[in-house]
Formats: sequence, structure tokens, C-alpha cells
Amino acid sequence: MSETTVTRADLAEAVYQEVGLSRNDSATLVETVLGEIVDALTQGQTVKISSFGSFSVRQKGQRVGRNPKTGEEVPILPRRVLVFRASHVLKNRINRSMTKAQAALGAPPAASPAASATPTLPPKAPLAKG
Amino acid sequence: MTKSELILRLAELNPHLYQRDVERIVTTVFDEITAALARGHRVELRGFGAFSVKRRGARTGRNPRTGTSVDVTEKFIPFFKTGKELREKLNTDGKSG
Repeated sequence: MSETTVTRADLAEAVYQEVGLSRNDSATLVETVLGEIVDALTQGQTVKISSFGSFSVRQKGQRVGRNPKTGEEVPILPRRVLVFRASHVLKNRINRSMTKAQAALGAPPAASPAASATPTLPPKAPLAKG
Repeated sequence: MTKSELILRLAELNPHLYQRDVERIVTTVFDEITAALARGHRVELRGFGAFSVKRRGARTGRNPRTGTSVDVTEKFIPFFKTGKELREKLNTDGKSG
């Protein structure tokens, strides 16, 4: 699991490899990039990164929510939320490479999802009432 | 704020760096996130948020205009979840609180 999660440290390492600043400076710079984005967003600005996506802040009005455990009504106060919209470039890139990867995995005969759906589980018997 | 404005701002904050390098830094950050997502990996930036890839299964959709059914193939889409710290910041900074 851990090797499939990319963190700040990995971004800093990439900057270190790519730009040739010290590891320390690379880490600081990554932090500054994120920090500047956060600052712009907290000021209510939209941040648009071409061929990646845009982050924007949306104002939500008050509404009535419910505590799902108790069913109790609770007011949800007006708040600001962050919305990320991926650019088409990012969407296409991900969709293309993941679809290819899936096709490669799915190639062996028995691996299709339909195959696993059939055996073992008996169909649900209708519940007897009372 | 656009990517080029972000680069200008970072250059301002780091007068010891060439603007060309600042550009490469910003580009590298987003390229790295993109590459990780393209591999189906998750990118977790504490305090900021997490990017991940979600699978949308194949389904039979309908053309809303004509009502004819259309096969929609499986697809993978990027997803961002705002980090706790940023979510809280959005609701304190810039407001009276």
C-alpha cells in the first residue's frame, strides 16, 4: 500500500532529480507551491493549472442535515468548500493508461468480472415472514 | 491564480532562483502527481488533500434526447478530497473568525 501512495517527500525527490536544487530546498519549494495555492484559495480565488485542473471555492448555504445514527435533525451551517475539476488532459491521460492496464490484467481467460459472479453463493432465498 | 501567476509569485519569493527553474519546479510537481494517478496510485498531501483514481463501471446509458440506450464503457476518473486542515482554513481565514 505505502509504495502506491505518493507523498510530499516523493514530490520533493522528483524536484531534486529534475531541477538539481538540494534535497532540502526541493522540499521547501514543494511546500511553498502548496502554500501559495492554499493562500489563493483561502482568499476565495480560483487556482487554474493548465493541463492539470482547477481548484475553486464554492459557498454553501445552510441546510438541514440529519445525524444518520440517531435520525436527529441538525443544522449544517453555511460554509466554503473546495472543488477540484480535473482538466480534460488529466482525465484522458488517466483514463487511457488505466484502461490499458486493466485490459492487460483482464487478458487471461478467467479474469473477467462476470466469471466471478456465478458460482459459490446460492441465490438468496426469500425470507420467511414472521 | 493561473499556473503562470503561481510561477511569478514563487519567483518573487525566491529571488535566488532562475525563473526557468521555478517553472520546472512547478511543472515537475504537477507532472509527478499526474504520473502517479496515471499508474492508478494515490497522492496524499497532508493538510492539502488527496488525489486518487476512481473507477466507473461499464453501464448502459441513455441518450437523454432520443432515449436510445448506449453502452458506456468502464472508465477511470481523477478525484480530489480536500484535506482537513485546508477545509478548516477555508472556513476561518478571510472571514471574521
